[in-house]
Amino acid sequence: MVKKTSQRISVASLDDLVNVAGASQEQEQQYRYHICICVAAGCISQNSDAVRDALIAEVEARGLEDEVQVKGVGCMGLCAAGPLVRVDPDGIVYQSVTVDDVPAILDSLENGPVEKLILPQDIPFFERQQKIVLENCGIIDPEAITEYIAAGGYLALHKALTEMTPSEVIDVVTRSGLRGRGGGGYPAGLKWVTVAKAESETKYVICNADEGDPGAFMDRSVLESDPHRVIEGMAIAGYAVGANKGYIYVRAEYPLAVERLELAIKQARWAGILGNGVFSTTFDFAIEVRLGAGAFVCGEETALIASIEGRRGVPRPRPPYPADYGLWGQPTLINNVETFANVAPIIRNGSDWFAEIGTEKSKGTKVFALAGQIVNTGLIEVPMGITLREIVFDIGGGLPDGRNYKAVQTGGPSGGCVPEQFLDMPVDYESLREVGSFMGSGGMIVMDDSSSMVEVARYFMEFSMTESCGKCIPCRTGTRQMYDLLSKVVAGEASQSELNLLVELGDLLQNTCLCGLGKAAPNPVVSTMQYFEDEYLERLVDDNGSADEPAGES
Amino acid sequence: MAVVRSRIKTLKIDGQDVGAHEDETILEVARENGIMIPTLCQLDGLSLVGACRLCLVEVVGWRNLVPACTTYVEEGMEVITNSERLQKYRRMIIELLFAEGNHVCAVCVSNGNCELQWKAQKLGMDHVRFTNQNPDRRVDMTHEHFVVDANRCILCTRCVRVCDEIEGAHTWDIFGRGENSTIISDFNLPWGESPTCSSCGKCVNVCPTGALVEKGKAAGEMIKRTEFLAYLTKMREVKK
Repeated sequence: MVKKTSQRISVASLDDLVNVAGASQEQEQQYRYHICICVAAGCISQNSDAVRDALIAEVEARGLEDEVQVKGVGCMGLCAAGPLVRVDPDGIVYQSVTVDDVPAILDSLENGPVEKLILPQDIPFFERQQKIVLENCGIIDPEAITEYIAAGGYLALHKALTEMTPSEVIDVVTRSGLRGRGGGGYPAGLKWVTVAKAESETKYVICNADEGDPGAFMDRSVLESDPHRVIEGMAIAGYAVGANKGYIYVRAEYPLAVERLELAIKQARWAGILGNGVFSTTFDFAIEVRLGAGAFVCGEETALIASIEGRRGVPRPRPPYPADYGLWGQPTLINNVETFANVAPIIRNGSDWFAEIGTEKSKGTKVFALAGQIVNTGLIEVPMGITLREIVFDIGGGLPDGRNYKAVQTGGPSGGCVPEQFLDMPVDYESLREVGSFMGSGGMIVMDDSSSMVEVARYFMEFSMTESCGKCIPCRTGTRQMYDLLSKVVAGEASQSELNLLVELGDLLQNTCLCGLGKAAPNPVVSTMQYFEDEYLERLVDDNGSADEPAGES
Repeated sequence: MAVVRSRIKTLKIDGQDVGAHEDETILEVARENGIMIPTLCQLDGLSLVGACRLCLVEVVGWRNLVPACTTYVEEGMEVITNSERLQKYRRMIIELLFAEGNHVCAVCVSNGNCELQWKAQKLGMDHVRFTNQNPDRRVDMTHEHFVVDANRCILCTRCVRVCDEIEGAHTWDIFGRGENSTIISDFNLPWGESPTCSSCGKCVNVCPTGALVEKGKAAGEMIKRTEFLAYLTKMREVKK
């Protein structure tokens, strides 16, 4: 990896940026080969760091240090095939690499590719993606600010600070049509305007990196693979809305993301990109990392703010919205990691470029984490409006072992299950809502016909129950009662009147809970009851307690 | 000529035309006009948390129900406080509370003087359809004068707020999450060992149920007095 001291650079002007970029590229060109290995959490969990160390040792043993650069890079996407190693300049990617494969990979530099390890690049998984947020992921070393700058990083921030007024920046974001990627899809530009218009000396920018949906790891990968992109987005936002202080609220369960973020912040501060007088302008911007303590509800913005303030992480009624009354009572802009990651490319390439991608109401791309019964488990970025069928069957490679598709769960515990008849529906905020699901932050869990949808519903209800903060009565007690009723259905002990009670409770929670967690908690139940009602009905017993027909196996 | 902004709002609550100051909430204006919206966590003189959800009302043209206690009036607003749907939700919320805790009125010192019991009677909650959770929470009799029975607690946090905001001791707080939430004194010390408690008894008097009570009371004997709160609030306003 790049030595950390070489990352103590200073960039005060556009010339400096260009020089740093040039020097970084020149340094790269000294090597004939670059062996890039994924060191994001997915591949590390499959021992990619041992492979990296073995590669470095082998290169040294063969005396190739001057010719071959071994570098750790961020996520390449196809986590299912990890650890992934790419050999540049030819761009050959090897999959499931172990320490034993290291000599063969180095031999290949002279003898041609190692056929048995090759991961073909012409498969739909790679070809159908369109990368904006993940453009640097798997390409640059996430621990080197110089590589980010060499890839065009911080040019957008420089452009915003030196060529644009804050209102022009907001205007570009508004016209791009970017919507909040945390789930709700609130127009980013509108949120920025609101904070910009709020009258206060002190304002804050918060990056919500408290990604907690089961099966979702988009934000983690971005932070681990390209942390500077988030910092740049936040600084641009700070300039636009008039804030000089930013917080990144990241969950403590992401230690690697935290480590890389803190390193990136330090490098940016050394470089003069964060701190007083960013790029020698009058704009000051500092960023601090705050760790969550494992509460899912702290992804809710008012609970997140309470947590940053050092208080118990519980939501409060809105309005007032954080844009008006946020962190320490000051106007606060809160966006999610992926939203901020989109900002720099939009400023760099213009709003029209971004607005051309996606559907009429949902612009740009969306990062999804594919998990569950799918061949290509991993991280993908696709244009909005792509169909679910393309995501699951083309990019995802379908279900393993010829199993049959049953549903895909989107939006985590706030989402729903999308059955087969909607596979050709374009994926965007509105269409997912129409079928009773939710975009959410981007987790997609694919289920085959061996999944019991009642048990799926119960799983998510259990999640919401244990993650309820306990402040409002319907959520605290209602999720418990819904969980108990679902358990009775699963056990084949529930009657029709109990099923009706479940529906009644769902309606109560959706309409009376204090925050989104409780309001959305019944969604998995409602959607599975809508599309898989038979699975509920076949497990019911008569109101007097005797089974109509044999209950399900489990 | 400069446009003068009116700080007085006119609106309709349950079809009745009412006038209000822009700083007033729906709940305040409704009460002034004799329209009673049920509440549990709200208490005049304490900060608002909007947690019990009993005071949810409909506003014509708004997508979501809003808590009357934390929603400010707006010009031309049409508020409905008592639709069938709202009554059903309120009944269910009380029903859920009864299933969650140990609310056996017959043996409770607060029987007959309990806000939860009154709400149940008023809203017509006459039976509970949900599974009783039979909690096994703390009963603490270590304090010289008072008893806390967390099984009767509905987590309205009035005790937490009165202790923090009025008495300034902050002895009480909430511990745990979701259904495991419970009130604790200090860092979960026995109440009698609390170094911060001033034994003022404010928490006992604002508690709507029999969770915080005085020692030595038999069933039905505990009567709570919240008048002190209005008095203190008024005196503090005068001082400002």
